[in-house]
Amino acid sequence: MIELRGLSFGYADRRVLDGVDLLLEEGELVLVSGRTGVGKSTLLGVVTGLVPRFSGGTLRGDVLLDGASVVDTPPRERAHLVGYVGQDPVAGYVTDTVEEELAYGMEQLGVPAATMRRRVEETLDLLGIAELRRRDLRSLSGGEQQRVAIGSVLTIHPRVLVLDEPTSALDPTAAEDVLATLTRLVHDLGLTVLLAEHRLERVVPFADRVLLLPGDGRVVTGTPEEVLRTSPVAPPIVELGRAAGWEPLPLRVRDARRRAVALRTLPKPPADAPVGGAPVLSARGLTVVHGSHVALRGVDLDLREGRVTALMGRNGSGKSSLIWALQGSGRRRGGTVLVGERRVDPAALSPAERRTHVGLVPQTAADLLYLETVSEECAASDEGAGAAPGRCRSLLDRLAPGIDDTTHPRDLSEGQRLALALAVVLTARPRVLLLDEPTRGLDYAGKHELARIVHDLAADGHAVLIATHDVEFTAHVADGVVVLADGEVVSAGPTREVVAESPSFAPQVTKILGPPWLRVEEVVRALAAEDVGEGS
Amino acid sequence: MAGAPGGLPRDLHPVAWWAWAIGLAAAASMTTNPLLLLLLVAVTSVVVLARRSGHPWGRSFRLYLWLGLAIVVLRVLFRVVFGGVETGTVLVPLPEVPLPDWVAGVRLLGPVTRESLLAGLYDGMRLATIVVCVGAANSLANPKRLLASVPPALYEIGTALVVAVSIFPQLADSVRRVRAAQALRGGAGGRVGRLRRFLVPVLEDSLERSLALAAGMDTRGYGRSGDLPRGQRALTGALLLSALVGICVGTYALLDPTAPQWLAGPVLVAGVVVAALGLLSAGRRVARTRYRPDPWSAPELMTVAVGVAVAALAHRLATTELVVAHPGVDGFPSLSVLGLAVGVLGLLPAVATPAPASTFAGSEAPSMEGSAV
Repeated sequence: MIELRGLSFGYADRRVLDGVDLLLEEGELVLVSGRTGVGKSTLLGVVTGLVPRFSGGTLRGDVLLDGASVVDTPPRERAHLVGYVGQDPVAGYVTDTVEEELAYGMEQLGVPAATMRRRVEETLDLLGIAELRRRDLRSLSGGEQQRVAIGSVLTIHPRVLVLDEPTSALDPTAAEDVLATLTRLVHDLGLTVLLAEHRLERVVPFADRVLLLPGDGRVVTGTPEEVLRTSPVAPPIVELGRAAGWEPLPLRVRDARRRAVALRTLPKPPADAPVGGAPVLSARGLTVVHGSHVALRGVDLDLREGRVTALMGRNGSGKSSLIWALQGSGRRRGGTVLVGERRVDPAALSPAERRTHVGLVPQTAADLLYLETVSEECAASDEGAGAAPGRCRSLLDRLAPGIDDTTHPRDLSEGQRLALALAVVLTARPRVLLLDEPTRGLDYAGKHELARIVHDLAADGHAVLIATHDVEFTAHVADGVVVLADGEVVSAGPTREVVAESPSFAPQVTKILGPPWLRVEEVVRALAAEDVGEGS
Repeated sequence: MAGAPGGLPRDLHPVAWWAWAIGLAAAASMTTNPLLLLLLVAVTSVVVLARRSGHPWGRSFRLYLWLGLAIVVLRVLFRVVFGGVETGTVLVPLPEVPLPDWVAGVRLLGPVTRESLLAGLYDGMRLATIVVCVGAANSLANPKRLLASVPPALYEIGTALVVAVSIFPQLADSVRRVRAAQALRGGAGGRVGRLRRFLVPVLEDSLERSLALAAGMDTRGYGRSGDLPRGQRALTGALLLSALVGICVGTYALLDPTAPQWLAGPVLVAGVVVAALGLLSAGRRVARTRYRPDPWSAPELMTVAVGVAVAALAHRLATTELVVAHPGVDGFPSLSVLGLAVGVLGLLPAVATPAPASTFAGSEAPSMEGSAV
């Protein structure tokens, strides 16, 4: 029903898509995957019509919808055929209550009042958001906001739904809700869904087909099993399958668990070293209140030298409040925070002194950056921290080597920009480092890179706290996990123990092989040891 | 009003609330009687408390009351600082600050008389009452729904205004975020450097958001031209353009006494007529519909009528009973039956309109986690 013919797109200096031919069938859920910056959003934009109108660049080739060419049709004239939900649902809201937002698209299309009324009710039920109908859009939780955004497109009854990273900002449970909703739409309404996503482990079980963009302008298509066998980006379950030589590749945890019986005999991974290190930061009875809402209620937390702690919990459970309160600029109602050998309270310090004790990289790392080139950013942060010129740059070279001095920070990839923000914060030499959702927008390679950076920082004696929704990243990088719910710590301890206790925070390897397995590398290592054992 | 007072709970049409509030504000502007002004403030407060909706702007009324109080205080202070009526009962014998000749006519300090204080008080109260009336309209009617009820031809402008209104809270959010983030790093000091640190990320952020919003609106069909013949579009354009020219020429002729008078009235009227035709023609091309538009029925009509009646009665009061409308500062002000009617009549919508669909306490939203800073 959607066909791309000989489609090429590029900017003056580089090609993004090169001679792409593609046919999307009705009622298919198609996953677009590939590394950051290979043109996933571009491919989606070609279907919606936003590319090249909102992006610049030149487009050649043809886009056919039900046999008719739409390549010259602007997005607004395609609205009844193609629906689009962007990365940040809040940015796309036009009205301010759920019901009005659902009706907005239909109003533009001139749908008769009675039909509008009926469709709004149907959509409210379909997405399970009927009780939210009068709510203010900004008071919704992340998962609810994403479902409203999907609903506001569905009421138009498009043939194709295009989504750009719909679950990247969501906690595991909310992400599952949204994906289950999408699957139901595909099954019940015969909707074609085209979806780009970094966290393949969430989406692959639901996908009928995968479009892989290897980065040279081509598009490789096939069933998930075929494409993922050789894909440079792959979820842990696939890496495990590759390592164990499973054929065909299992994509669901259930299938993998059946195949994994043979692996149960492997020697268990060695137990982790006990939690050591002197506490660099300790918080006791931390309480934070925003208006009438208690964000944190008596939280105790120790961050130890050389240790990486992951902070998890659903959207709105108080993770950001905790991070800002530990840093000292978030106001706290009660409790103590003591940091460093001299046991100072960061809230009592000036911002400049605070920076030398506790470093924080906020959710949008770009908020920290304001200059035109990387070298200017580095020079400014050296000057601000009173450091010798070049300290920030050498930190950056360690974190992400090979960044050109004259690049504009906005032109860096997500991972590089994060590295620059980290370097800027680390220039003041804090012992404690707090990261708020650093994995947002990072692909697997980017996350591996970040994990390496975090390990290095911990090895240098930093105490690191990472707030994240990403269970696979947590399994990979954290020594300990703290789980927050409704402003209270509900579970804390070494990663292996905490993750084994709660299924929604368990990474795929733990789900497949059971505790204490945590990471693919452990299995790979055990398999290699066994091979050596058998060989000798 | 048949059945339950005002009918089933629903939000009243925003235009009705604005008409009512403007009527009360007009009444307030026609009098300096403190009793009547206090009565008007009390009446608007009662109506707001009874009929405001549960949306965030429903909470804004208190701000307007504070603003009104500030206006009164400032007005009185000005009277003290810059003097006023020289004759009358002296309350505080302040010395006058001698000023050079070139500021003749301006007095600094000087004896404070009861008369000058009262005059300032009455004057301030009048302004404050007008402000409170506008605030009442704001907290009773969703300003966005008011903008959304513009005629179809102006729909695009209406939407642009709605978006502009909703940008402000987002901008405040982004300002707060960037301020907190910039405190986390070292960087340029100095005034220009600090301003830049702060402005660049905020501007970049708002630009990105605007693009995302534009993309979102475009993919949802905003600004669809529909299947309109070229000729029709040209006709609409020509009508609106000639209307603009007509109105400009007419207004100019009206204001410039040397211009030929046949240009003034007729051309202005013709311009207005052509403009109406243009709007009509432009409205016809719009293939858009409204989802659950606010109905316009008896309670709306009654609310508007109350507003008009209050203003009309106040006008009558100002022309026939001058002593009540503008009491002197030497005696205690009094109210007549007519004055009382002006004040109390505005109370009618508090009981005769339907209760709002969402109650005030019902929708207290929990504050977001992002507001940590």
